[in-house]
Amino acid sequence: MATETDILQELGSVPSLWTRRHLLGLEELTAEEITLILDKAAIFRRVLDRGGRKIAALTGKTCCNLFFENSTRTKTSFSLAARRLGADTLDFTASSSSLSKGETFIDTAKNIEAMGVDVMIVRHQTPGSPHLLSQNLKCSVINAGDGAHEHPTQGLLDIMTIRQHRGSLKGLTVALVGDILFSRTARSNIWGLKKLGAHVIVCGPSTLVSRRWAELGVECCYSLDDILPRVDVLNLLRIQFERQATRPFPSVREYAHLYTMDSERLARAKPDVLILAPGPINRGVEVTPDVADGPQSAILDQVTNGVAVRMAVLWLMAGRT
Amino acid sequence: MSKLLITNGRVIDPSQNMDRATNLLVVDGRIAAYDAQPDGTAEAIDAQGCIVAPGLIDIHVHLREPGGEDSETIETGTKAAVNGGFTSLACMPNTDPPIDTKGTVELIRQTAAQKGHCNVFVVACVSQNREGKQLAEIAQLVEAGAVGFSDDGTPVYDAELMRRAFEYCLMFDKPVMNHAEVLELSQNGVMHEGLASLILGLPAIPAAAEDVMVSRDISLAEATGGRLHIMHLSTVNGVEALRRAKCRNVRVTAEVTPHHFTLTDDCLRTFDSNYKMNPPLRGQEHVDAMIAGLKDGTIDCIACDHAPHPKEKKMQELDRAPFGITGLETSLGLVVTKLIEPGHLDWPSALAKMTINPARIVNLKKGTLQIGADADITVIDPEVRWKVDPGKMCSKSSNTPFAGWDLKGRAEVVIVGGKVKLRRKQT
Repeated sequence: MATETDILQELGSVPSLWTRRHLLGLEELTAEEITLILDKAAIFRRVLDRGGRKIAALTGKTCCNLFFENSTRTKTSFSLAARRLGADTLDFTASSSSLSKGETFIDTAKNIEAMGVDVMIVRHQTPGSPHLLSQNLKCSVINAGDGAHEHPTQGLLDIMTIRQHRGSLKGLTVALVGDILFSRTARSNIWGLKKLGAHVIVCGPSTLVSRRWAELGVECCYSLDDILPRVDVLNLLRIQFERQATRPFPSVREYAHLYTMDSERLARAKPDVLILAPGPINRGVEVTPDVADGPQSAILDQVTNGVAVRMAVLWLMAGRT
Repeated sequence: MSKLLITNGRVIDPSQNMDRATNLLVVDGRIAAYDAQPDGTAEAIDAQGCIVAPGLIDIHVHLREPGGEDSETIETGTKAAVNGGFTSLACMPNTDPPIDTKGTVELIRQTAAQKGHCNVFVVACVSQNREGKQLAEIAQLVEAGAVGFSDDGTPVYDAELMRRAFEYCLMFDKPVMNHAEVLELSQNGVMHEGLASLILGLPAIPAAAEDVMVSRDISLAEATGGRLHIMHLSTVNGVEALRRAKCRNVRVTAEVTPHHFTLTDDCLRTFDSNYKMNPPLRGQEHVDAMIAGLKDGTIDCIACDHAPHPKEKKMQELDRAPFGITGLETSLGLVVTKLIEPGHLDWPSALAKMTINPARIVNLKKGTLQIGADADITVIDPEVRWKVDPGKMCSKSSNTPFAGWDLKGRAEVVIVGGKVKLRRKQT
């Protein structure tokens, strides 16, 4: 088993290819930058697999979770990633903040930064808010989800999981199924997958799947049954009930009738189809429990890879000495 | 007797189809004579190389007073207007309190008379308290000096109220000016619905939200014989509906803002809230339709929808930042740079849309250099190139997306009622 010294040696120093101070989305990353993150994440995955012990790659650095929107999984994942690298972490949530006292979110972030933060991990319900902070803060900003815009580390961990199971993305057909309109995960996946050479299909009700995606070279489809026989990966997105101003489909039952991934549909898919779901899932809506927990499912791999990807991202942003 | 002689300029006055080099004499605040020769008794302004035009008019300005003095006041807003070449403006009634009573109209006019740098005309509310329920006391508002009626900021939503407004305003020959937006379609949208909004994941306002209400308003104007003025038109189908309505002699006019013939929704890719306005910046096909509408005369006038907001309010998350940008000090430069320079409009037709046309929409005896008219004059250097610098603007707010832009054409001298209000350099 590799020692910490071996790992740190393999990791090396932050490559000169990485020049970014912020990670705001996958749209602006190059294929090389994405591959770099994934390669480093694979090393960190091995750190996690050998028992989750810490390595001293970010000792003395401080990472702050600045969350203006509820989250358990992403926040926990970032906190663990930072601690595994030896960094200090602190959490700030909107409910416990001075935002209710009328302070603007930029002022809030500036105040926290002034306490000595190296990386600000920002989640916000409004697209572009991490971008606004990145223009107003000196520290690094990581977008941990801005409204329906981007969630780059989620896209990266999905892609890492596919790569882990399939080796390469090139030539694969990946379908994103469900609520595309309100999904930041979908957007980050689309950019990342396309850059790495995959064919992307967006599939869901026509009220949630804009035909305009075709303008970006994405295939649009309303029937899951039609695409099942030819997809290599199914990424089942959560229905974002909380973002929908008007109901985009008549009932959950009707949605499930058309799009739930169950064993019957699975039987019509490629035998080695890979099932992903960026959680939290509505069991019985996007996917049935037997499929979610079955052999095709990589859902728990995604969770572990989430920590590894975030370790890689934090290290690239703050690991330069 | 005060005399002012503007010499050697190219006088362009679309109200009398005039475009010629001449000297213009102003006596006691009125246009007195053409071809006047210097005799030593008049203050001289050398307009060599410049265009001498009727004072520019903008009929869609938010002066924010009363209630929004942190954004703008009548004093600062009119100063910005003069700096942009405007001699008259019409201010919108979505103040706090709204301009829906005789007293408020009088207050605005008095304050403007005391502190204003240019002529201020008041557009008053269609409905009491801008609530869209009961008609405001329109007859008394007209007596107090209101030149048009609008609940701008929000549409007159109730179709029956809109119909009554058209009918009632017929008595006074005043236009109903509507902000066309079907709110169920725009919801909490912050930008135009298109490829950019799809990529950015931002809640979006479809063009149909405007199209549907423009069509409704045209139908109601046609049915009543009332006068409709469509504010800040911004869609392909809106222009087409207007074009067809004009063929049927419906009494309808429309304005377009400089930003809607200049910028597209792609600007929002920066997430800069200075690109957030309502109606939103739309796609290139809509920008092209605005220019086509201006060229063929479908769109009557250019109005900037000057909407100042303080920096701390604009510097927020995109959904919290208010809609609107300042425009008075960039409007003329954008018209020259984006419409005249590329050959879309010639000077006389561009100036018509900033002088006599807006004057006619709100029945002003302005926008002309006919003998005897008020001496509101804008002297424009058509060749000067300048950089937009929010730090040098007169508006109290600096929420402009045009900061740093290089523009061509600027007002060098602005004369309001025979008084020189701006003289940028020794002319």
